[in-house]
Amino acid sequence: MDYLTLLQVLDSTLRMSTPLLLACLAGLFSERAGIFDIGLEGKMLVAAFLSGAVAFVSGSVWIGLLAGIGGSLAMSGIHGLASITFRGNQLISGVAINFLAAGLTVLAAQSWFAQGGRTPSLTGAARFNAIELPFATALKDVPVIGPLYYELISGHTILVYVALAVVPLSWWVLFRTRFGLRLRAVGENPAAVDTAGISVVRLRFTAVAICGVLTGIAGAYMATGLQAGFIKDMTAGRGYIALAALIFAKWRPWHALTACLLFGFLQALALRPDVIESTLHIKVQVQLLDALPYILTVIILAGFVGRAIPPRAGGEPYVKER
Amino acid sequence: MTAPAIELRGISKAFGPVQANKDISLSVMPGTIHGIIGENGAGKSTLMSILYGFYKADSGVILINGKPTQIPDSQAAIRAGIGMVFQHFKLVENFTILENIVLGAEEGSLLRPSLAKARTELKRLSEEYELHVDPDALIEEIGVGMQQRVEILKALYRHADILILDEPTGVLTPAEADHLFRILANLRREGKTIILITHKLREIMDITETVSVMRRGQMTATVRTADTSPQELAELMVGRKVLLQVEKTAARPGAPVLEVENLRVVDEAGVERVKGVSFNVRAGEILGIAGVAGNGQSELLEVLGGMQHATGLLKVNGQSLDLSGLHSDGRTRRAHGVAHVPEDRQREGLIMEYSAWENAVFGYHHEQKYQKNMFLMDQAAIRADAEAKIERFDIRPPNANLSAKNFSGGNQQKIVVAREIERNPDLLLVGQPTRGVDIGAIEFIHKQIIALRDQGKAILLVSVELDEILSLSDRIAVMFDGRIMGERLPHETSPQELGLLMAGVVGKGEAA
Repeated sequence: MDYLTLLQVLDSTLRMSTPLLLACLAGLFSERAGIFDIGLEGKMLVAAFLSGAVAFVSGSVWIGLLAGIGGSLAMSGIHGLASITFRGNQLISGVAINFLAAGLTVLAAQSWFAQGGRTPSLTGAARFNAIELPFATALKDVPVIGPLYYELISGHTILVYVALAVVPLSWWVLFRTRFGLRLRAVGENPAAVDTAGISVVRLRFTAVAICGVLTGIAGAYMATGLQAGFIKDMTAGRGYIALAALIFAKWRPWHALTACLLFGFLQALALRPDVIESTLHIKVQVQLLDALPYILTVIILAGFVGRAIPPRAGGEPYVKER
Repeated sequence: MTAPAIELRGISKAFGPVQANKDISLSVMPGTIHGIIGENGAGKSTLMSILYGFYKADSGVILINGKPTQIPDSQAAIRAGIGMVFQHFKLVENFTILENIVLGAEEGSLLRPSLAKARTELKRLSEEYELHVDPDALIEEIGVGMQQRVEILKALYRHADILILDEPTGVLTPAEADHLFRILANLRREGKTIILITHKLREIMDITETVSVMRRGQMTATVRTADTSPQELAELMVGRKVLLQVEKTAARPGAPVLEVENLRVVDEAGVERVKGVSFNVRAGEILGIAGVAGNGQSELLEVLGGMQHATGLLKVNGQSLDLSGLHSDGRTRRAHGVAHVPEDRQREGLIMEYSAWENAVFGYHHEQKYQKNMFLMDQAAIRADAEAKIERFDIRPPNANLSAKNFSGGNQQKIVVAREIERNPDLLLVGQPTRGVDIGAIEFIHKQIIALRDQGKAILLVSVELDEILSLSDRIAVMFDGRIMGERLPHETSPQELGLLMAGVVGKGEAA
């Protein structure tokens, strides 16, 4: 494999990792606060659909993005209402959101656009287009560093850079601020937070809302950055892969980046079976390559990759004891 | 005259039809320690939860330092200068001590300055009140005594002037409890007001100035500690005469029933919990195993009861029993005359959702007399059996159809004890027989255990309550860190000596 091909695969890794990373960090905020969120998938789907649809109608990708975030937030609201206010089962609420999203998006897409459950293709300002970073063209011909900067680092949509920036930001918020301390505490022992005079309900709703915003961006990126429009079931299990990455990362932001890049790399490989063939000199079925991220997900969820200790109060609704 | 630090007037609180607090009035002067005693379910915790803003009273007034104060939530309680140390600590296990102290009382939105300020403040508080802790230690890595100090520091850091402690000594060794009482005395000297909730009469007598007794949601008496006696307090609590001292005659031990040699237990995580213990229990005697919770007693009891595997030698009535777990379980142990009252009645002793009559037969349900034919059990026989037990053990309410969770702790325990004792076992294993059981039921259960001993049965008693060990046992073995630190006779030892052994300090002439 030559240098340029490698850069192309890595470039594609970055693009494939972006929705995973955003969803993973979204899950991180929610689960660190003690609310398990299996509904990342559904929220992304709703956001992808709404951003695709609204961007097409309005012609502005930014309005599309806002619509996507709004849709995802609404779903988060349902999850919060079910699992925080009414102390329901978080898994069931999440599964319900996934089903709701899978059906609703296709139904609405069909009834609005009548294109077989997809939104019309987006062009121009209705899409996030690649940004060329400063000096990218000028430095293009500098050996080694030039192509690296031009091919890999420059030339992504704004949301890719946003996703990467959210990693240190999340770390800083979680471990360097008062809000982060409280958020981590409420996921470990909500009683400690409650007796310290802080509202468990408000804190958890805030976390769920942050989760909604981030999954909203993830979904919008799917429909307006990675692709040009919404397609039925376009998230294709990325919400679950993000959850696996979250466990793999043991609920830590920087590790989440590593985990998501790994999954993104596998997805990128699936797009380039020719690269594998030329490097390994074996013919690999494309279907097997496509399945790789999911196989890794199963392996991680089955607990083969070290022991991951989730936040202690995760999944448990908080009830004041007598 | 100074106003009381806390004054309650006519506090009432009902949960549905249950009147948890009924017209309670209480007044505690600043700079004093006030004790509140009462049986489980007497309403102590509800009252304190109202003071800490967990519940809103249906009626009544709270006055702090003479001023009427509303306490709608914990934040308000903290503002009013009330600090609470719960029985089950409210600490975040994987946070440091410093982080736990700062949580909820941060200075600004960034952590670093808050932590720095707390570190300085913590140092001052530690020195002032003899509350030494390592601010950077993780909660999960420190012992319960230290965790409790963190809870007290949390309250002090929030400028609490009134400190409420709910059953603070339940999890402590005698030495740790002594340390706690020294701290409380320091706090009192500094003018803090302390409310101590406990069911241990000795603690009340030792440290409080005044004491209130609660029974069935009502405050039945408030007296000066100097003017009362443990006997009187116990009677006020239960509402009738109680025997505080267990009456028993000298043991007449016979042949060994239980023999244990070099028993070792390794848990699932690969940690050796029991590190080679040897002892025996003879017919007609009670061997008490004392120790702070978590020093291998639970595992030992589980092995003897057939719930856990181990290596070593186990003999009952001279016959070797399997320890590998391959050929043994609770049922085969029962077949060899071993009955077991497990430590945690709600998890191991009962199925909480099942009725009393079903619970009263578990473990013995396969016996021939309960079978109608090949396929069906004889419900009538099982029910009749359960009803007889309910009557003999005075289990209340006397309703065999009620599910186990609807009985009080004491009556739940009576169901388990009745089930195991009524089988007439050769060896009775008893773990924490009176944990969370009220004084009246404690007296009853103790009597049953002594009666069984007097019939010439062997009894192994595991308890973290030193008083219970001292008053029931004919011999006492103390466990620490998976080993037996020594054996004592109850009339030749003292709580202090046992406390040292429980803390791992080896006495004269004993090998480690």
